[in-house]
Amino acid sequence: MAQWIAACAAGDIDAEDVMRFDHGGKTYALYRSPDDKYYATDGICTHEHAYLTDGLVMDNIVECPKHNGRFDYRTGAAKGAPVCVNLKTYPVKVEAGKVLIDVG
Amino acid sequence: MVIVGSGKAAARAVIGLREFGWKGSITLIGEEKHLPYDLPPLSKAAISAEEEPQLTLLLDESMLASLGVTRISGIAATAIDRAAKTVTLADGRRIAYLKLLIATGARARELNIPGGEYARTLRSFEDSVALRAAFTPGCKIAIIGAGFIGLELAASASKRGCTVTVIEAQPRILMRGVPQEISDVVAARHKAAGVAILTGAQIDRVEKDGVILTGGRKIDADVIVGGIGAAPEISLAQAAGLTIDNGIACNALLQTSDPDIYAAGDCCSFPHGVFGNRRLRFEAWRSAQDQGAVAAENMTGGGKAHEAIPWFWSDQYELTLQIAGMPGDGVSSVRRQIKDDAFILFHLDAGGMLVGASGIGPGNTIARDIRLAEMLIAKRAAPTPAQLADPAFQLKSLLRG
Repeated sequence: MAQWIAACAAGDIDAEDVMRFDHGGKTYALYRSPDDKYYATDGICTHEHAYLTDGLVMDNIVECPKHNGRFDYRTGAAKGAPVCVNLKTYPVKVEAGKVLIDVG
Repeated sequence: MVIVGSGKAAARAVIGLREFGWKGSITLIGEEKHLPYDLPPLSKAAISAEEEPQLTLLLDESMLASLGVTRISGIAATAIDRAAKTVTLADGRRIAYLKLLIATGARARELNIPGGEYARTLRSFEDSVALRAAFTPGCKIAIIGAGFIGLELAASASKRGCTVTVIEAQPRILMRGVPQEISDVVAARHKAAGVAILTGAQIDRVEKDGVILTGGRKIDADVIVGGIGAAPEISLAQAAGLTIDNGIACNALLQTSDPDIYAAGDCCSFPHGVFGNRRLRFEAWRSAQDQGAVAAENMTGGGKAHEAIPWFWSDQYELTLQIAGMPGDGVSSVRRQIKDDAFILFHLDAGGMLVGASGIGPGNTIARDIRLAEMLIAKRAAPTPAQLADPAFQLKSLLRG
Protein backbone atom coordinates (compact mmCIF):
# COMPACT_ATOMS: atom_id res chain seq x y z
CA MET A 1 0.00 0.00 0.00
CA ALA A 2 1.28 3.44 -0.88
CA GLN A 3 2.69 5.35 2.05
CA TRP A 4 3.81 8.80 0.93
CA ILE A 5 6.25 10.57 3.24
CA ALA A 6 7.44 14.15 2.80
CA ALA A 7 11.22 13.88 2.72
CA CYS A 8 12.41 17.43 2.01
CA ALA A 9 11.72 20.59 0.06
CA ALA A 10 12.30 20.34 -3.68
CA GLY A 11 14.99 22.99 -3.47
CA ASP A 12 16.92 21.12 -0.79
CA ILE A 13 18.56 18.91 -3.40
CA ASP A 14 20.76 20.48 -6.06
CA ALA A 15 20.37 19.36 -9.64
CA GLU A 16 22.53 16.31 -10.36
CA ASP A 17 22.93 15.56 -6.68
CA VAL A 18 21.78 13.23 -3.95
CA MET A 19 20.48 13.63 -0.39
CA ARG A 20 20.13 11.21 2.46
CA PHE A 21 16.73 10.60 4.03
CA ASP A 22 16.23 8.34 7.05
CA HIS A 23 12.79 7.02 7.87
CA GLY A 24 11.49 4.04 9.85
CA GLY A 25 14.99 2.72 10.51
CA LYS A 26 15.88 2.77 6.83
CA THR A 27 18.11 5.01 4.79
CA TYR A 28 16.95 6.26 1.42
CA ALA A 29 18.79 8.23 -1.23
CA LEU A 30 16.86 11.01 -2.98
CA TYR A 31 18.13 12.28 -6.31
CA ARG A 32 17.46 15.27 -8.51
CA SER A 33 18.50 14.58 -12.08
CA PRO A 34 20.13 17.14 -14.42
CA ASP A 35 16.75 17.42 -16.23
CA ASP A 36 15.09 18.25 -12.91
CA LYS A 37 13.28 15.01 -12.13
CA TYR A 38 13.31 13.37 -8.69
CA TYR A 39 14.11 9.74 -7.90
CA ALA A 40 14.68 7.59 -4.82
CA THR A 41 16.59 4.38 -4.11
CA ASP A 42 17.84 2.47 -1.10
CA GLY A 43 20.54 4.56 0.53
CA ILE A 44 23.06 1.79 1.02
CA CYS A 45 25.13 0.11 -1.66
CA THR A 46 24.28 -3.50 -2.56
CA HIS A 47 27.98 -4.45 -2.52
CA GLU A 48 29.25 -3.57 0.94
CA HIS A 49 27.90 -1.26 3.60
CA ALA A 50 28.41 2.31 2.42
CA TYR A 51 26.04 5.26 2.13
CA LEU A 52 25.45 6.07 -1.52
CA THR A 53 24.52 9.56 -0.41
CA ASP A 54 28.26 10.20 0.16
CA GLY A 55 28.86 9.22 -3.45
CA LEU A 56 29.10 11.20 -6.63
CA VAL A 57 26.17 11.78 -8.98
CA MET A 58 27.05 12.23 -12.64
CA ASP A 59 24.18 12.46 -15.13
CA ASN A 60 21.89 9.57 -14.19
CA ILE A 61 24.51 7.54 -12.36
CA VAL A 62 25.31 7.40 -8.66
CA GLU A 63 28.65 5.98 -7.69
CA CYS A 64 29.35 4.31 -4.37
CA PRO A 65 31.96 6.26 -2.35
CA LYS A 66 33.72 3.09 -1.24
CA HIS A 67 34.41 0.95 -4.29
CA ASN A 68 32.90 2.97 -7.14
CA GLY A 69 30.06 0.56 -7.82
CA ARG A 70 27.76 2.42 -10.24
CA PHE A 71 23.98 2.42 -10.45
CA ASP A 72 21.45 4.14 -12.69
CA TYR A 73 19.40 5.79 -9.97
CA ARG A 74 16.34 6.07 -12.22
CA THR A 75 15.99 2.28 -12.49
CA GLY A 76 18.33 1.00 -9.76
CA ALA A 77 20.24 -0.98 -12.39
CA ALA A 78 23.77 -2.01 -11.36
CA LYS A 79 26.22 -0.94 -14.07
CA GLY A 80 28.89 -3.64 -13.78
CA ALA A 81 31.63 -4.93 -11.45
CA PRO A 82 32.06 -4.71 -8.55
CA VAL A 83 28.28 -4.35 -8.20
CA CYS A 84 25.95 -6.97 -9.63
CA VAL A 85 22.81 -6.56 -7.49
CA ASN A 86 20.38 -3.81 -8.49
CA LEU A 87 19.28 -1.10 -6.07
CA LYS A 88 15.68 -1.02 -4.96
CA THR A 89 13.88 2.09 -6.19
CA TYR A 90 10.88 3.94 -4.72
CA PRO A 91 8.22 6.12 -6.35
CA VAL A 92 8.73 9.85 -5.87
CA LYS A 93 6.50 12.83 -6.53
CA VAL A 94 6.73 16.56 -5.95
CA GLU A 95 3.69 18.33 -4.49
CA ALA A 96 3.49 21.88 -3.23
CA GLY A 97 7.25 22.19 -3.30
CA LYS A 98 7.77 19.04 -1.23
CA VAL A 99 9.49 15.85 -2.37
CA LEU A 100 7.37 12.85 -1.35
CA ILE A 101 8.61 9.28 -1.32
CA ASP A 102 6.41 6.18 -1.26
CA VAL A 103 7.98 3.92 1.36
CA GLY A 104 4.98 1.60 1.53
CA MET B 1 42.22 -18.37 -21.93
CA VAL B 2 44.14 -19.19 -18.77
CA ILE B 3 44.47 -17.01 -15.68
CA VAL B 4 46.99 -17.68 -12.93
CA GLY B 5 45.99 -16.05 -9.66
CA SER B 6 42.90 -15.76 -7.54
CA GLY B 7 42.74 -12.19 -6.29
CA LYS B 8 40.93 -9.09 -7.44
CA ALA B 9 42.68 -8.72 -10.81
CA ALA B 10 42.10 -12.38 -11.71
CA ALA B 11 38.45 -12.29 -10.66
CA ARG B 12 37.78 -9.10 -12.61
CA ALA B 13 39.50 -10.53 -15.68
CA VAL B 14 37.30 -13.63 -15.59
CA ILE B 15 34.20 -11.46 -15.71
CA GLY B 16 35.82 -9.20 -18.30
CA LEU B 17 36.62 -11.99 -20.73
CA ARG B 18 32.92 -12.80 -20.97
CA GLU B 19 31.92 -9.11 -21.07
CA PHE B 20 34.23 -8.65 -24.05
CA GLY B 21 32.66 -11.60 -25.84
CA TRP B 22 35.08 -14.46 -25.31
CA LYS B 23 33.07 -17.65 -25.87
CA GLY B 24 35.83 -20.25 -25.50
CA SER B 25 37.18 -21.90 -22.38
CA ILE B 26 38.47 -20.03 -19.32
CA THR B 27 40.67 -21.78 -16.76
CA LEU B 28 41.41 -20.10 -13.43
CA ILE B 29 44.43 -21.52 -11.60
CA GLY B 30 44.79 -20.57 -7.93
CA GLU B 31 47.45 -21.77 -5.54
CA GLU B 32 45.12 -21.22 -2.61
CA LYS B 33 42.32 -23.70 -2.02
CA HIS B 34 39.71 -20.95 -1.61
CA LEU B 35 37.46 -19.38 -4.19
CA PRO B 36 38.77 -15.94 -5.22
CA TYR B 37 38.40 -13.66 -2.20
CA ASP B 38 38.90 -10.04 -1.26
CA LEU B 39 41.95 -8.92 0.71
CA PRO B 40 40.96 -5.49 2.16
CA PRO B 41 38.91 -6.89 5.09
CA LEU B 42 41.82 -9.06 6.31
CA SER B 43 43.54 -6.27 8.21
CA LYS B 44 40.30 -4.60 9.34
CA ALA B 45 36.91 -6.24 10.01
CA ALA B 46 38.28 -9.81 9.85
CA ILE B 47 40.45 -8.99 12.88
CA SER B 48 38.32 -6.49 14.78
CA ALA B 49 34.72 -7.69 14.33
CA GLU B 50 32.94 -9.70 17.00
CA GLU B 51 31.91 -12.38 14.54
CA GLU B 52 34.35 -15.00 13.33
CA PRO B 53 35.84 -13.91 10.00
CA GLN B 54 34.42 -15.25 6.77
CA LEU B 55 35.88 -15.05 3.31
CA THR B 56 34.52 -12.17 1.24
CA LEU B 57 34.20 -14.00 -2.06
CA LEU B 58 34.83 -12.19 -5.33
CA LEU B 59 33.35 -15.06 -7.33
CA ASP B 60 31.29 -17.91 -5.93
CA GLU B 61 30.57 -21.35 -7.36
CA SER B 62 27.35 -20.27 -9.07
CA MET B 63 29.00 -17.23 -10.69
CA LEU B 64 31.88 -19.39 -11.93
CA ALA B 65 29.40 -21.92 -13.29
CA SER B 66 27.34 -19.29 -15.07
CA LEU B 67 30.52 -17.77 -16.53
CA GLY B 68 31.63 -21.24 -17.66
CA VAL B 69 34.95 -21.15 -15.79
CA THR B 70 37.06 -24.22 -15.01
CA ARG B 71 38.66 -23.67 -11.62
CA ILE B 72 41.85 -25.40 -10.54
CA SER B 73 42.54 -24.61 -6.90
CA GLY B 74 45.03 -25.58 -4.24
CA ILE B 75 47.66 -26.34 -6.88
CA ALA B 76 50.46 -23.98 -7.87
CA ALA B 77 51.38 -23.18 -11.43
CA THR B 78 55.08 -24.04 -11.49
CA ALA B 79 56.21 -23.21 -15.02
CA ILE B 80 55.22 -21.66 -18.32
CA ASP B 81 56.35 -23.29 -21.55
CA ARG B 82 56.10 -20.33 -23.90
CA ALA B 83 57.00 -22.31 -27.01
CA ALA B 84 54.33 -24.93 -26.40
CA LYS B 85 52.00 -22.32 -24.82
CA THR B 86 51.23 -24.40 -21.75
CA VAL B 87 51.21 -23.81 -18.00
CA THR B 88 52.62 -26.65 -15.90
CA LEU B 89 50.99 -27.39 -12.56
CA ALA B 90 52.63 -28.78 -9.42
CA ASP B 91 50.94 -32.12 -10.05
CA GLY B 92 52.49 -32.36 -13.51
CA ARG B 93 49.42 -31.43 -15.52
CA ARG B 94 49.86 -29.09 -18.45
CA ILE B 95 47.17 -26.57 -19.34
CA ALA B 96 47.26 -25.15 -22.86
CA TYR B 97 46.59 -21.44 -23.39
CA LEU B 98 45.82 -19.17 -26.29
CA LYS B 99 46.40 -16.12 -24.07
CA LEU B 100 47.65 -16.27 -20.50
CA LEU B 101 47.11 -13.74 -17.73
CA ILE B 102 49.49 -13.69 -14.77
CA ALA B 103 47.80 -12.10 -11.75
CA THR B 104 49.89 -13.54 -8.95
CA GLY B 105 49.79 -10.46 -6.74
CA ALA B 106 52.42 -9.70 -4.14
CA ARG B 107 53.79 -11.35 -1.03
CA ALA B 108 54.63 -9.80 2.30
CA ARG B 109 58.28 -8.82 2.65
CA GLU B 110 60.12 -10.77 5.32
CA LEU B 111 62.12 -8.97 7.98
CA ASN B 112 65.78 -9.32 7.13
CA ILE B 113 67.12 -8.91 10.68
CA PRO B 114 68.22 -11.40 13.33
CA GLY B 115 65.15 -13.12 14.75
CA GLY B 116 62.99 -11.91 11.84
CA GLU B 117 61.36 -15.35 11.76
CA TYR B 118 59.54 -14.50 15.00
CA ALA B 119 57.55 -11.84 13.20
CA ARG B 120 54.29 -12.91 11.60
CA THR B 121 53.07 -11.35 8.39
CA LEU B 122 49.66 -10.77 6.86
CA ARG B 123 48.78 -11.64 3.31
CA SER B 124 46.25 -14.47 3.21
CA PHE B 125 42.97 -15.30 4.91
CA GLU B 126 44.79 -17.91 7.04
CA ASP B 127 47.30 -15.26 8.16
CA SER B 128 44.41 -13.03 9.20
CA VAL B 129 42.62 -15.80 11.12
CA ALA B 130 45.87 -16.65 12.93
CA LEU B 131 46.49 -13.01 13.90
CA ARG B 132 42.94 -12.63 15.13
CA ALA B 133 43.35 -15.73 17.31
CA ALA B 134 46.64 -14.39 18.68
CA PHE B 135 45.28 -10.88 19.40
CA THR B 136 43.61 -11.82 22.67
CA PRO B 137 42.37 -8.96 24.87
CA GLY B 138 45.12 -7.63 27.11
CA CYS B 139 48.00 -9.15 25.21
CA LYS B 140 50.96 -7.08 24.03
CA ILE B 141 51.46 -6.62 20.28
CA ALA B 142 54.52 -5.15 18.58
CA ILE B 143 54.04 -4.13 14.97
CA ILE B 144 57.14 -3.43 12.92
CA GLY B 145 56.43 -0.87 10.20
CA ALA B 146 53.99 2.06 10.27
CA GLY B 147 52.69 1.65 6.75
CA PHE B 148 49.03 1.07 5.91
CA ILE B 149 48.92 -2.63 6.85
CA GLY B 150 50.80 -2.07 10.10
CA LEU B 151 48.55 0.81 11.15
CA GLU B 152 45.31 -0.92 10.13
CA LEU B 153 46.42 -3.93 12.18
CA ALA B 154 47.27 -1.61 15.08
CA ALA B 155 43.77 -0.11 14.95
CA SER B 156 42.17 -3.56 14.75
CA ALA B 157 44.29 -4.97 17.59
CA SER B 158 43.51 -1.97 19.76
CA LYS B 159 39.78 -2.49 19.13
CA ARG B 160 40.26 -6.05 20.37
CA GLY B 161 41.69 -4.70 23.61
CA CYS B 162 45.36 -5.40 22.94
CA THR B 163 48.21 -3.15 24.05
CA VAL B 164 49.89 -2.10 20.82
CA THR B 165 53.29 -0.62 20.03
CA VAL B 166 54.15 0.32 16.45
CA ILE B 167 57.85 0.56 15.63
CA GLU B 168 58.87 2.64 12.59
CA ALA B 169 62.40 3.34 11.34
CA GLN B 170 61.40 6.50 9.44
CA PRO B 171 61.02 9.85 11.24
CA ARG B 172 57.23 9.69 10.86
CA ILE B 173 54.47 7.21 10.04
CA LEU B 174 53.19 6.67 6.47
CA MET B 175 56.31 8.40 5.17
CA ARG B 176 55.96 6.88 1.72
CA GLY B 177 52.19 7.10 1.52
CA VAL B 178 50.87 10.51 2.56
CA PRO B 179 51.89 14.09 3.38
CA GLN B 180 52.68 14.93 6.98
CA GLU B 181 49.46 16.92 7.51
CA ILE B 182 47.56 13.68 7.00
CA SER B 183 49.92 11.34 8.85
CA ASP B 184 49.69 13.73 11.83
CA VAL B 185 45.92 13.14 11.98
CA VAL B 186 46.44 9.39 11.81
CA ALA B 187 49.13 9.46 14.49
CA ALA B 188 46.93 11.53 16.82
CA ARG B 189 44.04 9.10 16.38
CA HIS B 190 46.24 6.12 17.25
CA LYS B 191 47.56 7.96 20.28
CA ALA B 192 44.01 8.66 21.43
CA ALA B 193 43.30 4.93 21.17
CA GLY B 194 46.30 4.19 23.37
CA VAL B 195 48.54 2.85 20.61
CA ALA B 196 52.20 3.73 21.19
CA ILE B 197 54.07 4.75 18.04
CA LEU B 198 57.87 4.83 18.10
CA THR B 199 59.30 6.65 15.07
CA GLY B 200 62.95 6.86 14.06
CA ALA B 201 63.40 3.57 15.90
CA GLN B 202 66.07 1.22 14.60
CA ILE B 203 65.71 -2.45 15.43
CA ASP B 204 68.68 -4.52 16.50
CA ARG B 205 66.96 -7.89 16.64
CA VAL B 206 63.71 -9.67 17.26
CA GLU B 207 63.33 -12.23 20.01
CA LYS B 208 60.52 -14.62 20.80
CA ASP B 209 59.08 -12.28 23.43
CA GLY B 210 59.92 -8.85 22.12
CA VAL B 211 61.74 -6.45 19.85
CA ILE B 212 65.17 -5.12 20.83
CA LEU B 213 65.94 -1.62 19.57
CA THR B 214 69.43 -0.34 18.79
CA GLY B 215 70.72 0.86 22.13
CA GLY B 216 69.16 -2.06 23.98
CA ARG B 217 65.62 -0.98 24.80
CA LYS B 218 63.26 -3.93 24.66
CA ILE B 219 59.63 -3.71 23.56
CA ASP B 220 57.94 -6.68 25.25
CA ALA B 221 55.45 -8.44 23.05
CA ASP B 222 53.35 -11.59 23.06
CA VAL B 223 52.85 -11.27 19.31
CA ILE B 224 55.18 -9.61 16.81
CA VAL B 225 53.99 -8.62 13.34
CA GLY B 226 56.08 -7.39 10.43
CA GLY B 227 54.37 -4.91 8.11
CA ILE B 228 57.23 -3.68 5.98
CA GLY B 229 55.61 -3.79 2.58
CA ALA B 230 55.12 -6.27 -0.20
CA ALA B 231 57.13 -7.58 -3.11
CA PRO B 232 55.61 -8.46 -6.48
CA GLU B 233 55.18 -12.21 -7.00
CA ILE B 234 57.24 -12.65 -10.16
CA SER B 235 58.82 -16.09 -9.80
CA LEU B 236 56.67 -17.79 -12.45
CA ALA B 237 57.21 -14.98 -14.96
CA GLN B 238 60.90 -14.69 -14.22
CA ALA B 239 61.51 -18.42 -14.67
CA ALA B 240 59.73 -18.18 -18.02
CA GLY B 241 62.17 -15.50 -19.14
CA LEU B 242 59.70 -12.61 -19.21
CA THR B 243 61.18 -9.16 -18.71
CA ILE B 244 61.12 -8.01 -15.08
CA ASP B 245 61.33 -4.36 -14.06
CA ASN B 246 59.79 -3.55 -10.69
CA GLY B 247 57.45 -6.49 -11.22
CA ILE B 248 56.52 -8.16 -14.48
CA ALA B 249 57.22 -5.52 -17.12
CA CYS B 250 54.20 -4.81 -19.31
CA ASN B 251 53.42 -2.27 -21.99
CA ALA B 252 50.46 0.09 -21.63
CA LEU B 253 48.17 -2.70 -22.89
CA LEU B 254 49.36 -4.84 -19.94
CA GLN B 255 51.07 -7.20 -22.35
CA THR B 256 54.35 -8.71 -21.11
CA SER B 257 57.47 -9.17 -23.23
CA ASP B 258 55.65 -12.23 -24.66
CA PRO B 259 52.65 -10.92 -26.66
CA ASP B 260 50.50 -13.92 -25.69
CA ILE B 261 51.05 -13.33 -21.97
CA TYR B 262 49.46 -10.47 -20.02
CA ALA B 263 49.85 -9.43 -16.38
CA ALA B 264 47.61 -7.45 -14.04
CA GLY B 265 47.52 -6.26 -10.45
CA ASP B 266 50.24 -5.98 -7.79
CA CYS B 267 52.65 -8.21 -9.74
CA CYS B 268 53.15 -5.98 -12.78
CA SER B 269 54.49 -2.58 -13.83
CA PHE B 270 53.53 -0.58 -16.90
CA PRO B 271 54.12 2.87 -18.42
CA HIS B 272 51.35 5.25 -17.35
CA GLY B 273 50.24 7.71 -20.01
CA VAL B 274 48.91 10.29 -17.57
CA PHE B 275 52.18 10.41 -15.64
CA GLY B 276 54.64 10.92 -18.50
CA ASN B 277 54.73 7.22 -19.44
CA ARG B 278 56.71 6.56 -16.28
CA ARG B 279 56.86 2.87 -15.36
CA LEU B 280 54.63 2.41 -12.30
CA ARG B 281 53.42 -0.49 -10.21
CA PHE B 282 50.47 -0.20 -7.86
CA GLU B 283 49.51 -2.34 -4.90
CA ALA B 284 45.90 -1.30 -4.70
CA TRP B 285 42.49 -2.91 -4.89
CA ARG B 286 41.07 -0.53 -7.47
CA SER B 287 44.14 -0.74 -9.70
CA ALA B 288 43.91 -4.53 -9.62
CA GLN B 289 40.27 -4.30 -10.64
CA ASP B 290 40.93 -1.78 -13.43
CA GLN B 291 43.88 -3.77 -14.74
CA GLY B 292 41.97 -7.06 -14.71
CA ALA B 293 39.33 -5.47 -16.92
CA VAL B 294 41.85 -3.92 -19.32
CA ALA B 295 43.86 -7.15 -19.62
CA ALA B 296 40.65 -9.07 -20.41
CA GLU B 297 39.69 -6.55 -23.08
CA ASN B 298 43.10 -6.77 -24.74
CA MET B 299 43.33 -10.59 -24.44
CA THR B 300 40.15 -10.71 -26.50
CA GLY B 301 41.57 -8.49 -29.23
CA GLY B 302 41.12 -5.00 -27.80
CA GLY B 303 43.74 -2.27 -27.85
CA LYS B 304 43.02 -0.38 -24.66
CA ALA B 305 45.83 1.35 -22.78
CA HIS B 306 45.58 1.14 -19.00
CA GLU B 307 45.32 4.78 -17.98
CA ALA B 308 43.13 4.59 -14.88
CA ILE B 309 44.26 6.98 -12.18
CA PRO B 310 45.50 5.10 -9.11
CA TRP B 311 43.16 5.34 -6.16
CA PHE B 312 43.68 3.95 -2.70
CA TRP B 313 41.96 3.92 0.63
CA SER B 314 42.74 2.92 4.21
CA ASP B 315 40.29 2.58 7.09
CA GLN B 316 41.57 3.06 10.64
CA TYR B 317 39.06 3.47 13.47
CA GLU B 318 36.26 5.71 12.12
CA LEU B 319 38.68 7.48 9.78
CA THR B 320 39.02 6.86 6.08
CA LEU B 321 42.00 8.09 4.19
CA GLN B 322 41.92 8.24 0.39
CA ILE B 323 44.58 9.01 -2.15
CA ALA B 324 44.14 9.59 -5.87
CA GLY B 325 46.86 10.10 -8.45
CA MET B 326 50.52 10.63 -7.59
CA PRO B 327 50.75 13.08 -4.67
CA GLY B 328 54.54 12.80 -4.73
CA ASP B 329 54.60 14.40 -8.19
CA GLY B 330 53.23 17.65 -6.78
CA VAL B 331 55.44 20.61 -5.95
CA SER B 332 52.74 22.55 -4.10
CA SER B 333 49.51 21.70 -2.39
CA VAL B 334 46.19 23.39 -1.65
CA ARG B 335 44.09 22.47 1.37
CA ARG B 336 40.31 22.16 1.13
CA GLN B 337 38.61 21.91 4.50
CA ILE B 338 35.51 19.78 3.84
CA LYS B 339 34.36 19.74 7.46
CA ASP B 340 36.00 20.51 10.79
CA ASP B 341 37.45 17.01 10.93
CA ALA B 342 37.87 16.31 7.22
CA PHE B 343 40.18 17.83 4.63
CA ILE B 344 41.81 17.17 1.27
CA LEU B 345 45.20 18.25 0.01
CA PHE B 346 45.31 18.79 -3.74
CA HIS B 347 48.77 18.37 -5.21
CA LEU B 348 49.79 20.48 -8.20
CA ASP B 349 52.85 20.16 -10.42
CA ALA B 350 55.05 23.08 -11.48
CA GLY B 351 52.70 23.86 -14.37
CA GLY B 352 49.68 24.03 -12.08
CA MET B 353 48.27 20.69 -13.27
CA LEU B 354 46.48 18.57 -10.70
CA VAL B 355 48.52 15.37 -10.20
CA GLY B 356 47.26 14.02 -6.90
CA ALA B 357 44.86 14.39 -4.00
CA SER B 358 45.07 13.00 -0.49
CA GLY B 359 42.37 13.36 2.11
CA ILE B 360 41.24 12.14 5.49
CA GLY B 361 38.01 12.31 7.44
CA PRO B 362 35.43 10.22 9.25
CA GLY B 363 33.42 7.80 7.12
CA ASN B 364 33.19 8.81 3.49
CA THR B 365 33.22 12.60 3.99
CA ILE B 366 36.05 13.13 1.54
CA ALA B 367 35.07 10.46 -1.00
CA ARG B 368 33.17 12.65 -3.43
CA ASP B 369 35.81 15.32 -3.87
CA ILE B 370 38.60 12.74 -4.08
CA ARG B 371 36.63 11.00 -6.84
CA LEU B 372 36.24 14.30 -8.67
CA ALA B 373 39.95 14.95 -8.24
CA GLU B 374 40.64 11.59 -9.82
CA MET B 375 38.57 12.56 -12.86
CA LEU B 376 40.24 15.97 -13.05
CA ILE B 377 43.68 14.32 -12.94
CA ALA B 378 42.66 12.00 -15.79
CA LYS B 379 41.52 15.07 -17.71
CA ARG B 380 44.89 16.74 -17.03
CA ALA B 381 43.03 19.70 -15.56
CA ALA B 382 44.66 22.69 -13.93
CA PRO B 383 42.11 24.09 -11.47
CA THR B 384 43.02 27.33 -9.75
CA PRO B 385 44.16 27.15 -6.11
CA ALA B 386 41.12 29.29 -5.17
CA GLN B 387 38.72 26.80 -6.74
CA LEU B 388 40.41 23.89 -4.99
CA ALA B 389 40.51 25.59 -1.61
CA ASP B 390 36.86 26.67 -1.53
CA PRO B 391 34.67 23.81 -0.25
CA ALA B 392 31.61 25.55 -1.72
CA PHE B 393 33.11 25.52 -5.21
CA GLN B 394 31.70 22.60 -7.21
CA LEU B 395 34.65 20.70 -8.63
CA LYS B 396 32.16 18.87 -10.83
CA SER B 397 31.70 22.03 -12.88
CA LEU B 398 35.33 21.74 -14.06
CA LEU B 399 34.58 18.42 -15.75
CA ARG B 400 32.16 19.99 -18.19
CA GLY B 401 33.27 21.09 -21.61
